Amino acid sequence: MTIKELDAIRASKKELIDVRRLVKEQAEKLAANTGYRKQVLVCGGTGCTSSHSMQVIEHLEKTLKEEGLDDVLVVKTGCFGLCALGPIMIVYPEGAFYAQMTPEHAETVVKQHLVPGGEIVKELLYKGTVMEDGSIIPFAETPFYKKQMRIALRNCGVIAAEDIDEAIAAGDYQAIEKVLTSMTPDEVINEVLASGLRGRGGAGFPTGRKWMFAKASQGDIKYVCCNADEGDPGAFMDRSVLEGDPHCVLEAMTIAGYAIGAHQGYIYVRAEYPVAVQRLKIAIAQAREYGLLGKNILGLGFDFDIDIRLGAGAFVCGEETALMTSIEGHRGEPRPRPPFPAVKGLFGKPTILNNVETWANINPIIVKGAKWYASIGTEKSKGTKVFALGGKITNVGLVEVPMGTTLREIIEEIGGGIPNGKKFKAAQTGGPSGGCIPADLIDTPIDFDNLVAIGSMMGSGGLIVLDEDTCMVDISKFYLEFTADESCGKCNPCRIGTRRLLDMLTKITEGKGEEGDIEKIEALCEHMKASSLCALGQSAPNPVLSTLHHFRKEYEDHIKEHHCEAGVCKALLNYQIDKEKCIGCGMCAKNCPVSAITRTDYVAPGHKLASFEIDPAKCIKCGVCMGNCKFHAVERK
Amino acid sequence: MEQEAKCCACETLGTPEQAAQLKAVIEESKSTPGCLMHILQEAQGIYGYLPMQVQKTIAEGLGMSLSEVYGVVTFYSQFSLNPKGKNRISVCLGTACYVKGSDKVLEEVEKELGIKCGECTEDGLFSIDSCRCVGACGLAPVMMIGEEVYGKLTPDKVKGILDSYREATK
Repeated sequence: MTIKELDAIRASKKELIDVRRLVKEQAEKLAANTGYRKQVLVCGGTGCTSSHSMQVIEHLEKTLKEEGLDDVLVVKTGCFGLCALGPIMIVYPEGAFYAQMTPEHAETVVKQHLVPGGEIVKELLYKGTVMEDGSIIPFAETPFYKKQMRIALRNCGVIAAEDIDEAIAAGDYQAIEKVLTSMTPDEVINEVLASGLRGRGGAGFPTGRKWMFAKASQGDIKYVCCNADEGDPGAFMDRSVLEGDPHCVLEAMTIAGYAIGAHQGYIYVRAEYPVAVQRLKIAIAQAREYGLLGKNILGLGFDFDIDIRLGAGAFVCGEETALMTSIEGHRGEPRPRPPFPAVKGLFGKPTILNNVETWANINPIIVKGAKWYASIGTEKSKGTKVFALGGKITNVGLVEVPMGTTLREIIEEIGGGIPNGKKFKAAQTGGPSGGCIPADLIDTPIDFDNLVAIGSMMGSGGLIVLDEDTCMVDISKFYLEFTADESCGKCNPCRIGTRRLLDMLTKITEGKGEEGDIEKIEALCEHMKASSLCALGQSAPNPVLSTLHHFRKEYEDHIKEHHCEAGVCKALLNYQIDKEKCIGCGMCAKNCPVSAITRTDYVAPGHKLASFEIDPAKCIKCGVCMGNCKFHAVERK
Repeated sequence: MEQEAKCCACETLGTPEQAAQLKAVIEESKSTPGCLMHILQEAQGIYGYLPMQVQKTIAEGLGMSLSEVYGVVTFYSQFSLNPKGKNRISVCLGTACYVKGSDKVLEEVEKELGIKCGECTEDGLFSIDSCRCVGACGLAPVMMIGEEVYGKLTPDKVKGILDSYREATK
């Protein structure tokens, strides 16, 4: 394909995409030129397909056919972000945002809204877009979207994820054209350096510096790798980019290839992401067909191709040297550094590895310029960051905010706060390598350095909200179970350290903690940080250290008072029956699986039957009695 | 003795079709650097797991030692040395699901089927595994049975879901 042909595709689809990006009035004017009176965008990301968005699409298409509406375009996109309310469907040009769709709802929307002269079906809209007086606001102005700034996710939920033409019209491959026609490799690297972009995979190493080192390395064969082995539980931003806009990653890797002098790229992606893998395969095939990958790209003399490698479920493979060992077909064990991958990486050749979100930022940096990018964010952390909001929060989903946004803005405004009137306790960032941010630090502006300063880390961007029902000792035990399980076993500090830490935490949650345990834990943590081979072992103590720092009293309560404030650690719980409240109905005793509840002789004033009591020696603390008592007579202490 | 040794796929390469498929995969990929993982993934697709004889065949085909192949197989959690159930249950124990009580869902599945995580029921109908994040955190807690995702679970929903699979096989 030549640049001229690329331009033709852009021109032919430009208005179609613009309808989805402009405000209502302009979009309505433009819609007439596109040949489609209405466009219906349905999320085809993993979140929404899990809540059956494919059935919604099928039913939508069927009903449209039955109604003879051939001027309505149905588009299967990537993630819109508001996963808690999936499946989501947006109708343009008016931008009506329908949530929690079912096939029946889709039929209703076709018959009442999509038919000529139809009206928006208000009761099916996302509640946040309908005001008290019945007026409808654009979804971009709802609290969830208003404070967001979408750079990495710019095309997610905007374009058909499996259509290269739409990707091109939305701006993909504009940067590679600029790079190959008007920039030298050094200019590309300088632009990335000047943007201040730091790696979004966790450590925050300046991307441009990585490229510069790889370019300086001598060698005829070099490699460009993409880390799509998103292993942090609770993080799904990389998956969403791959599902929503796979071409932006292919383009960025090609640009890096040009900059450092590489001609082959590898994308290492989790096999647990079948939708993302499928979309990547489609995207690579389309890009090859269009001559945007392969020999002589755009007829401008540069060769670059990309292959996919599937991971097989090992968290440590997110570490750069382990990932490369895995691509080589071995056990994914990390190697000591130096030599750094930029000097000696994949197959012993100079290699750069960036994660998906980092790649997603390259196109805007090249097209709009480093100066624009560097104007967003904080002094040392430029641009935006995508967070996967999860846990005890109303708007579970994917959000992208400028660096420096506070945790309070993310949780209370964008996230919609904590459900069920519970109190915010902490936010966990950085997954098993990160830490917990307590309620009193909720106004910290989030960037790479601030998070490290308060004992956590950015990590890949999972942000799990914990409420008062979460026990912090239990949470650190949960992460240690994870790291002990995922430790590759190559170095002793990590293999033995994670196991011993887990043993000690388990002991504490079982009520067997002793004086001095906390100090032992702290000492072990320091040793592991200092002596583990790779980031997995070096950062595995972080969840423990940060909860110890901010919630030390909870650990002490477990050890000294045998008390778990949150009521999570079973061994420390005691169930009791308030004999004054008990009416003697016997529902608790009837449902107790171990017959630990018996009737006493005591009849409370005003009651007819004698009350019950629990034998603590027999009680297995399952909580069934509490769930069955309608009179709130069973208490947990 | 000889008859016994040939009774299962541990000692043979399964059906002739399976053996032919495996051979084709090895032939097709063996010149690609780092192809072992890919071949193992394909082989697991053919057999449902990775019996020892399959690993031996792959090792021979690639000119590697069996211990090297076995080392890779046991390193990655996706590869299995044992057969899995017809319906593979995978309960997510990622953080978002965990804080919403997926451990209790897993307990209930184990109780209902009478097996532990990592095991397969005697009738071969179900096997249970835990996984780390399928990325459907908006629906937490979730479990997958085959490709189907069940979200917003509570322990009391488990029996009904499993019953629907039991019904389907009757």
